[in-house]
Amino acid sequence: MAEWPLVELTAAAMVVSMAAYVLFGGADFGGGVWDLFARGPRAARQRALIADTIGPIWEANHVWLILVVVILFTGFPIAYARLSTALHIPLTLMLIGIVLRGSAFTFRAYDSRADDVQQRWSRLFAISSLVTPVLLGIAAGTVVAGGAAPPGRLSFHAAYIAPWTAPLPILVGLMTLTIFAFLAAVYLTVEAREADLATDFRRRAIASGIALTLLALATLWVARTAAPRLWEGLLLRPETRLIHVATALSSLGAFGALLGRRYRTARTFAALMAALIIVGWALVQYPYLVPPDLTVHEAAAPPITLALLVGALGVGGVILFPALWYLYRVFGPREG
Amino acid sequence: MSDLLAARSQMAMSLAFHIIFAVIGIGMPVLMVLAERRWQRTREPVYLELAKRWAKGTAILFAVGAVSGTVLSFELGLLWPGFMEFAGPIIGMPFSLEGFAFFMEAIFLGIYLYGWDRISEKAHLRAGILVALSGVLSGIFVVIANAWMNAPTGFTMVNGVPTDINPLKALQTPAAFSQTLHMTLAAFTSTGFGAAGVHALMLLRDATNRFHRRGLEIALTLAIPAALLQPLSGHHSAQHVAEHQPVKLAAMEALFETQAGAPLLIGGWPDEATGTVRYGIELPKVLSFMAFNDPTAVVRGLNEVPEADRPNVLLTHLSFQLMVALGSFMALVALVALWRMWRRDDLTHHRWFLRATVAAAPMGFIATEAGWMVTELGRQPWVVHGVLRTADAVTPMPGLVVPFLAFTALYILLAIATAWLLWRQILMAPAEAEWHRVHVPRGRPVVEGVRG
Repeated sequence: MAEWPLVELTAAAMVVSMAAYVLFGGADFGGGVWDLFARGPRAARQRALIADTIGPIWEANHVWLILVVVILFTGFPIAYARLSTALHIPLTLMLIGIVLRGSAFTFRAYDSRADDVQQRWSRLFAISSLVTPVLLGIAAGTVVAGGAAPPGRLSFHAAYIAPWTAPLPILVGLMTLTIFAFLAAVYLTVEAREADLATDFRRRAIASGIALTLLALATLWVARTAAPRLWEGLLLRPETRLIHVATALSSLGAFGALLGRRYRTARTFAALMAALIIVGWALVQYPYLVPPDLTVHEAAAPPITLALLVGALGVGGVILFPALWYLYRVFGPREG
Repeated sequence: MSDLLAARSQMAMSLAFHIIFAVIGIGMPVLMVLAERRWQRTREPVYLELAKRWAKGTAILFAVGAVSGTVLSFELGLLWPGFMEFAGPIIGMPFSLEGFAFFMEAIFLGIYLYGWDRISEKAHLRAGILVALSGVLSGIFVVIANAWMNAPTGFTMVNGVPTDINPLKALQTPAAFSQTLHMTLAAFTSTGFGAAGVHALMLLRDATNRFHRRGLEIALTLAIPAALLQPLSGHHSAQHVAEHQPVKLAAMEALFETQAGAPLLIGGWPDEATGTVRYGIELPKVLSFMAFNDPTAVVRGLNEVPEADRPNVLLTHLSFQLMVALGSFMALVALVALWRMWRRDDLTHHRWFLRATVAAAPMGFIATEAGWMVTELGRQPWVVHGVLRTADAVTPMPGLVVPFLAFTALYILLAIATAWLLWRQILMAPAEAEWHRVHVPRGRPVVEGVRG
């Protein structure tokens, strides 16, 4: 068997898992953000809707992240070793956020509703939902900017702090947060069974969508000087240009559907847009897994490992997707 | 604190924390499914209440287990990039399989917890069974990866680089069977006695509470067979270690000199500097017999390897002794319970039995921790036995004491919060009067109390 399709297939499986994590796990974080910003006369109902929506599914959605990590360390062990060394600090902070978000949400769900301990869990859940996506995005942005280089003889600051505290990673962090919040708001317009509640989230979806557009433009502007390779990839290569046009069109579709209160359509477009952002990112970087120098081929495990991994993912998918479909069907918005 | 020691401490602490939740995540779904099945068969509401209570506990503990497991999947790289770069292609397979098992567990736990009134009774029970099955499976996959670290297979080292990699052969590491069996039984014993002990404690206060009677019965149904099989599985494990990791066995037994007809050491305080053991009882030739089924067999001692290649004998030996002692106590309690049940005796009439069960409640968890200390400390200084040293796998990132302290503080807070929540929300018994009717006066045969 030729080697190249295995590497590409493995990388594609990782990109798909990453996109799934953004679409599902990301939206759960976004839900926490809207819990934090619940305002107005319907604040309590907003919070209840968010809790009911993510309660049964957040743990399953979270597993996509584990899958990304597993594919990375099995399929691209050199990249995993390098990323987890260079991004030690932001990843550690993100993990603390993941731990606090998950446990605070569960503690809140099962604790008595009567006292202020409940409120404290609630606050902790919401704040960690806000901070964690930023750190995740910062880690991703550092990779994009080519900041995940081997530490070598650099000073501690130059090797472990400067790369992820640069403007580009921070902008990507904020963009990630905004994508998650936007997805959550759009999904919640569908989940809401009362029109007034749906309108609340419609307003939030539009606001976060505008913020996302502005952040995307700002990121692009900064990338022009901070990551010329990214800039070139984003705008100059024809195959990636197509993806970006599609991304822009789906975001327009989402806006249009939101304005027309066609929430299910808006959900489809929003999800498409988020998935295309991830796919676009992957294509811009290709063939580099860890820019500026480590390609997917250099980082790849031996073919036998990749073949078994792709096989396992395929078989796993056959079991996984029906199970996920069942989960979402059981807890999807009830018709009528 | 050196960076290596900080990294090892952080990994040990993270594993020690996660393992409690992992073990409960394997055992609790079994209890909850057993209770729900009885509810569907008998229509006694007390079983439904038990299933719901246990499910609530499972939900809280599973969430903490899921997030602390996520931390570990990152820590493998954050702390040991050298290890993962080496081992990822060889032993990543069971981790990816574990990913899917974990997916199934999370999906069907969500359905189980939130689906009581959304799906049919049959589908609900089926979801619970899938949670229990995938819990056991995901434990097995992770332990296979650890077994490989103890008995690595599926590659050849050429000039310090693994070549000829075969992940399928790695999956078949000879340590896999003994370790996964021992760990699965440990999960059932710990959770079974953990739950049994809690209900026994409540029965000591109020022997007539039907909720706790039923709880005790079901928990013992899980704990008794597991606790009785565990010594056999342990014996099998030890024979495997004797063959494949003689240095680990020597550290477990504090055997400093290679000898024929080696004695079994009970207790004792090994002194590595002098190579002697104080205060121990030696049973002549028993170790040779236990390890190789031959009282005159030669058992290799620590003197076979240079000092730099030896694990910490004191900690390995003490952990091993602790595990064996606690395991033996639980097996004894299980035997007594079995005997009493066979005699159709009401267990709640025996306050000493209830007290022994309460005492056993934390023992499974402590024994599990001690067992992991044995297998991990006993493998040092290697992270992959005989192939890669722990010191060569650690990250170059300095200042590792900071994340170690941060995670320690985080986990202490989480442990306190979890314990407090469980106590407040789950353990406080439901006080429905209906559940106070089954107390059987002393001396009469039990009809209601203890049946299979």
